[in-house]
Amino acid sequence: MEGLLLEPTLYTVKGMAILDNDGNRILAKYYDKNVFATAKEQKTFEKNLFNKTHRANAEIIMLDGLTCVYRSNVDLFFYVMGSSHENELILMSVLNCLYDAVSQILRKNVEKRVVFDNLDIVMLAMDEICDGGIIMEADSSAVVQRVALRTDDIPLGEQTVAQVLQSAKEQLKWSLLK
Amino acid sequence: MNAFKRDKKEEEEGSGNPFQNIEKTTVLQETRIFNDCPVDSRKCTHILTKILYLLNQGEQLGTTEATETFFAITKLFQSQDVILRRMMYLGIKELSTIAEDVIIVTSSLTKDMTGKEDLYRAAAIRALCSITDVSMLQAIERYMKQAIVDRNSGVSSAALVSSLHLTKIAGDVVKRWVNEAQEAVNSDSVMVQYHALGVLYHIRKSDRLAVNKLVAKLTRMSLKSPYAVCMLIRIAYKLLEEEDSSGGASSYSTLFDFIESCLRHKSEMVIYEAAHAIVNLRRTTSVELAPAVSVLQLFCSSPKPTLRFAAVRTLNKVAMSHPAAVTACNLDLENLITDSNRSIATLAITTLLKTGAESSVDRLMKQIASFVSEISDEFKIVVVQAIRALCLKFPRKHSVLMNFLSAMLRDEGGLEYKASIADTIITIIEENPEAKETGLAHLCEFIEDCEHTSLAVRILHLLGKEGPRTKQPSRYIRFIYNRVILENAPVRAAAVAAMSQFGATCPDLLPNIQVLLARCQMDTDDEVRDRATYYYSILEKQDKSLANHYIVEGLQVSIPSLERALHQYTISPSDVPFDMKSVPLAAVPSAEEIVNPSGKGVQADGMLISTALSGSKVSAVAVTVSREESYAEKLRNVPELVALGPLFRSSDPVELTESETEYVVRCIKHSFPQHLVLQFDCLNTLNDQLLENVRVQVEPPDGYQLVREVPCPCLPYSETGTAYVALKFPEELGATIGTFNATLKFLVKDCDPATGLPDSDEGYDDEYMLEDVEVTLGDQIQKVTKTNFGAAWEEAGDSYCELEDTYSLSSVSTLEEAVKDIVNFLGMQPAERSDRVPEGKSSHTVFLAGVYRGGYDILVRAKLALAEGVTMQLTVRSTNPDVAELVTSAVG
Repeated sequence: MEGLLLEPTLYTVKGMAILDNDGNRILAKYYDKNVFATAKEQKTFEKNLFNKTHRANAEIIMLDGLTCVYRSNVDLFFYVMGSSHENELILMSVLNCLYDAVSQILRKNVEKRVVFDNLDIVMLAMDEICDGGIIMEADSSAVVQRVALRTDDIPLGEQTVAQVLQSAKEQLKWSLLK
Repeated sequence: MNAFKRDKKEEEEGSGNPFQNIEKTTVLQETRIFNDCPVDSRKCTHILTKILYLLNQGEQLGTTEATETFFAITKLFQSQDVILRRMMYLGIKELSTIAEDVIIVTSSLTKDMTGKEDLYRAAAIRALCSITDVSMLQAIERYMKQAIVDRNSGVSSAALVSSLHLTKIAGDVVKRWVNEAQEAVNSDSVMVQYHALGVLYHIRKSDRLAVNKLVAKLTRMSLKSPYAVCMLIRIAYKLLEEEDSSGGASSYSTLFDFIESCLRHKSEMVIYEAAHAIVNLRRTTSVELAPAVSVLQLFCSSPKPTLRFAAVRTLNKVAMSHPAAVTACNLDLENLITDSNRSIATLAITTLLKTGAESSVDRLMKQIASFVSEISDEFKIVVVQAIRALCLKFPRKHSVLMNFLSAMLRDEGGLEYKASIADTIITIIEENPEAKETGLAHLCEFIEDCEHTSLAVRILHLLGKEGPRTKQPSRYIRFIYNRVILENAPVRAAAVAAMSQFGATCPDLLPNIQVLLARCQMDTDDEVRDRATYYYSILEKQDKSLANHYIVEGLQVSIPSLERALHQYTISPSDVPFDMKSVPLAAVPSAEEIVNPSGKGVQADGMLISTALSGSKVSAVAVTVSREESYAEKLRNVPELVALGPLFRSSDPVELTESETEYVVRCIKHSFPQHLVLQFDCLNTLNDQLLENVRVQVEPPDGYQLVREVPCPCLPYSETGTAYVALKFPEELGATIGTFNATLKFLVKDCDPATGLPDSDEGYDDEYMLEDVEVTLGDQIQKVTKTNFGAAWEEAGDSYCELEDTYSLSSVSTLEEAVKDIVNFLGMQPAERSDRVPEGKSSHTVFLAGVYRGGYDILVRAKLALAEGVTMQLTVRSTNPDVAELVTSAVG
């Protein structure tokens, strides 16, 4: 049968991407030289992927021989790609880790503007989740811990009133939304 | 004011992307501040982020630019800011492939790697391994070993993952870290366990025994990491498959039990991986399959789309090999048809179509129709393939399915999608005579409005082939002639050719066709005009045999060979006219290959990858182009055999030994016009022997003359060598069929298994008995496709000589068996699909066509009647009486 599962290997993830609500790349990484070797191919694929996924909230799609799992929030789209034979649930666990880690880094403000404000940390997080196609860490809190949040070290007393207010607002908002 | 406006506008456009308008050169200029002392870490981090963002957007840096940036970044090691340092590692990794002299930072990174700050250590290891090369690796080997067994899981993981990356450049060095990796497998951290297993497997994968041990050990200790268990399942699966193919079964049950036990794991990921492995195992029985299927069934009702997708996709695969096992899930699958994820819905439908009963077809088709317009082309192709399978399964449902297909054909869609629909309709027409008229009508309608030239040409060709033999051929003429008026040149040319077919086969239409062809002679395109003139003048002669040869039958030879032969002819001019008979005939694809374009095509059936699909089809076609072609190429390279002339036919390989013996020999029989060449492919499976002067001695039956022997000079362990024996066929055709005793003879030199070098120069002669080689009638006959057998038969009635005989075939009890036997025995091509016996008939007629070596045509009509065994009346017509005699006598 077609199976002949792939050679057992740790190289599981073919790519990860965060796109905005126009399908433009915010961050993307591809780990297999045989999959979309050039930036142009990658961007065409991303456009295509975005067109097929931004309306249907369906979590998984097969495209160009890749299994892609995705998740979106407000104006951000998160994707994890793997080979078409890959265990979809493993890919999903990576996607969840990516999403949760970003969400924790951005303090639940998973929005494009906030991502750009914290682009450095998000880059670090992506690097901690996957190294050259190998899943490094799939537990989002471990990832967040490893990328060392900057504002964490400002004690409450030294935060400005605005900052305190802002975080209080957010907390309220999220408790209402739940 | 203006500036304010512009700002606002930019803000809107960029919608808060502060990185939108940055430019490479500006940013690279900004890296100058990296040199400032003290370092402004916040500012530097921002600039570094910009650089990384640009690289991530696909911006290319030249080598000098990259090197300069790289060195600027290294200045930042003086800062102690955590984030900045981490971003530096990222920058180093990104630039390591473009910049030069990157090893300059080795010592700084080594310092971070062995330092106290845990946040630095893991990342430093990964950065270090990305810049290092084989020579530098020696220096850091000690630290790597320590890092692998470090207490901090992040450090350990980073070291393991990096060593796996390093195996690509320095596999041998990494192999020395096996003990550390072994220790890491026992780690408490789930990720370390997973990474360690990956490294261990990679180091040991070429040694099956070691892998076996590894798996045996790990299956007992129950790994904590679900990822590691998934990996272990894959390794176990691979071992099972390899064992399967090599015939051993020593640990089959333990391995399988392990996979099976994983079906009860607490992680869904592992459960699915195990079910997937069981489903994919080649020799899974339905009993073994049952627990896996029931697990997948549970997943079908999961709230998670990914889980449902994975489950239904795997079930789809099961449905191909064990449809019965999936029937239990039919109810769950039907619920998935309305799934919001279209991929899941499509997979569910196609699975149902594979397992469903005839009664549910109508309902399913209705459901498909409701959403087919919403899914992507790739999925539509999957649906079309499922429908094709369905048509073959339930021929009686063709009208429903055909209507559905024609509706799909009218919708929007790409070439590949349309082609797959047209293919399916063509398959249905060929398989099911009842569906022919409606199918052709749908196709006619389709070409009225078809934008794909290649597809239109194919359909016109089909119309030309099938149309004349329908009840009302005239109705197709209008459709075809419309193409001549409205389409581009290639389509017009195809339409002209199709019309001529009608002219040649339907005498009452001929005058009208001639009028149309005459009009086509005024066409603007050369090719169209040429074709019209050609066909017009042939049809004008009103000569049946001429029309048959040059219009209905077409070219029988293999096109690449014809090209080569003509090329040869033109570079060495001679007075002798070019002989078409010297060109090998085109191979006729076997019936199976027609039904399933390739084995792979069937596998890809459930897969959703259209590219892979088309690729496999192309390769399959390429393979079937001609087996003779590839052998001819090989034989041309043997100088001793060149003189024998063009290769006429090659047989399938025949095994002359058991597959597990010391020497494995296969024989391929090549027929030339006057000669027989036996090709012996020999494989040496003894690693302590080197064979020399390997040859096969044959004892031919009377009449054969041994012309040449071409030995294989040297045959090392596990290599295949080829020896040839060339013989001249006996003059007396009856004597050509016989049995050859064969013995393999060779000189043995004992050698060292490790190096393959012989111990001494002296060897001893040895021989090995092979099974007999049978030369049959079929080896000397090449298949020929006759599209209009009736006409050819009629025509042969006058000029060919005819022999007739009656036989009783007592060994077979059904007509199907008899047909199969006779086709295999004669090695000829059944014409007009006469090899398919309609159900419930007690008599049947098979038409066979072929060419005997030397270019003598043979036509055979076999009338079969079923009555306590099968009685056969065989009529043979051939251009050579001896050949006819041979065929009738051989059958007896």
